[in-house]
Amino acid sequence: MGKRTSLYDLHVTAGARMVDFGGWDMPVNYGSQIEEHHAVRRDAGMFDVSHMTVLDLEGSRSRDFLRKLLANDIGKLHEPGKALYSCMLNERGGVIDDLITYFLREDWFRMVVNAATHDKDLAWITQQAKAFGVRVTERDLAMIAVQGPNAREQIASLLPSTMRDRALTLKPFTAVFDNHWFVARTGYTGEDGFEIMLLPAKAPEFWRALAAKSVKPCGLGARDTLRLEAAMNLYGQDMDENVTPLESGLGWTVAWNPAERDFIGRAALEAQRDTGPKCKLIGLLLEDKGILRAHQKVICDGVGVGEITSGTFSPTLERSIALARVPVAAGETMQVDIRGKLCKARVVKPPFVRNGKILVTL
Amino acid sequence: MSKIRADLKYTKSHEWIKIGDDGSLSIGITDHAQEALGDIVFVEVPQKGRKLKAGEACAVVESVKAASDIYSPVAGEVLEGNAKLADKPESINQDAFANWILRLKPANPADLNQLLDAKAYEKVLADEAQ
Repeated sequence: MGKRTSLYDLHVTAGARMVDFGGWDMPVNYGSQIEEHHAVRRDAGMFDVSHMTVLDLEGSRSRDFLRKLLANDIGKLHEPGKALYSCMLNERGGVIDDLITYFLREDWFRMVVNAATHDKDLAWITQQAKAFGVRVTERDLAMIAVQGPNAREQIASLLPSTMRDRALTLKPFTAVFDNHWFVARTGYTGEDGFEIMLLPAKAPEFWRALAAKSVKPCGLGARDTLRLEAAMNLYGQDMDENVTPLESGLGWTVAWNPAERDFIGRAALEAQRDTGPKCKLIGLLLEDKGILRAHQKVICDGVGVGEITSGTFSPTLERSIALARVPVAAGETMQVDIRGKLCKARVVKPPFVRNGKILVTL
Repeated sequence: MSKIRADLKYTKSHEWIKIGDDGSLSIGITDHAQEALGDIVFVEVPQKGRKLKAGEACAVVESVKAASDIYSPVAGEVLEGNAKLADKPESINQDAFANWILRLKPANPADLNQLLDAKAYEKVLADEAQ
């Protein structure tokens, strides 16, 4: 038996199919995954993401520490509540994890990292924090993501009155918080929405209130198709410790300036930038029938072979889409080996879908 | 709870088999299998005339989540694959027993004796649930 979130019983009662995810028993769907997907694109859906790891970093040198730890620059954050997406690299420039960090106070930052990388992240961060006298504390919080064009309207009446106005006027990638609630305008779906952290004991009541407003419970299955349409990387699949952000479509998250900021992995990353990475992460649209899946071989005429890192049927496009790592010289069309059959795929500029709209030519 | 039909034969790998009056077999996946797979979005059916061994992977059913092989319950020759599924793969979710994936001419009619009846398949499901 895996670990259970405070919403476990509600998932089971709702008829969810439960699966193991990073040691947690999590809902993969509550019925039709495609309906859950469409609910988020067209209306509002909610996800239990309480399995994710919430770390609080405290100490007067927290900012210095994070400017060393992360490839993106925490120095960009000045307003309390502002968030930053970043990769955390090893000395070789490989990605240990991708994460979001919130600036709360000069001596207090909050970090949300992946569930599947919990142990190694905690070990790495704690080890690196010592030199800065920063205390790393794991927080036991439930997290519910409410996503979709109507998410804002749906949560409005359910937030405590003391923070409602501030929460509803949040700019993207910012958060408000008090002692009990942490509301961020973030997500992993390509739609507007919020990620709300609260005490585990309070989460079922909030979940039920959302359900009563017909916000659709959505599982990890829909979460995966939504994030892939939005071309958001999944750690462990689209990148890991053996590839750099430059090889993972995440070059935009690396803050090269100021040049004197010596983040972990910088030297290796600069060397790769100067010589040029050998591969790149691209978006693929399957032209033939079939479904692209992770680990299928991608044949790029004349320049070599790549691999699908994430592939699925896209409910919005009603076509198969994928992210693939291919040689940097690869052209605009390639062939994917699906069970021995070579199928034609076209390179498209990600994301595939954003805010309910298809952004690629079908 | 998934449905089981009394008039069909079954395999442990969740295929159903309908034996036609002419001895040909219609083969699909069970209601339990479609439920476990979730939304089905693509079905790859075998070519007419393909010779199959018992237990050989002969079709692929893909849900949003994953691809699953369909296994031939007995040895035989493919009479046809269900072309209708190319446009409407989700019809398997709607009624798994009404939508066959392939039709097969068995090499040896006696092989059909090894197939599970509804009661035996019900036991397979009960054992898996534990």
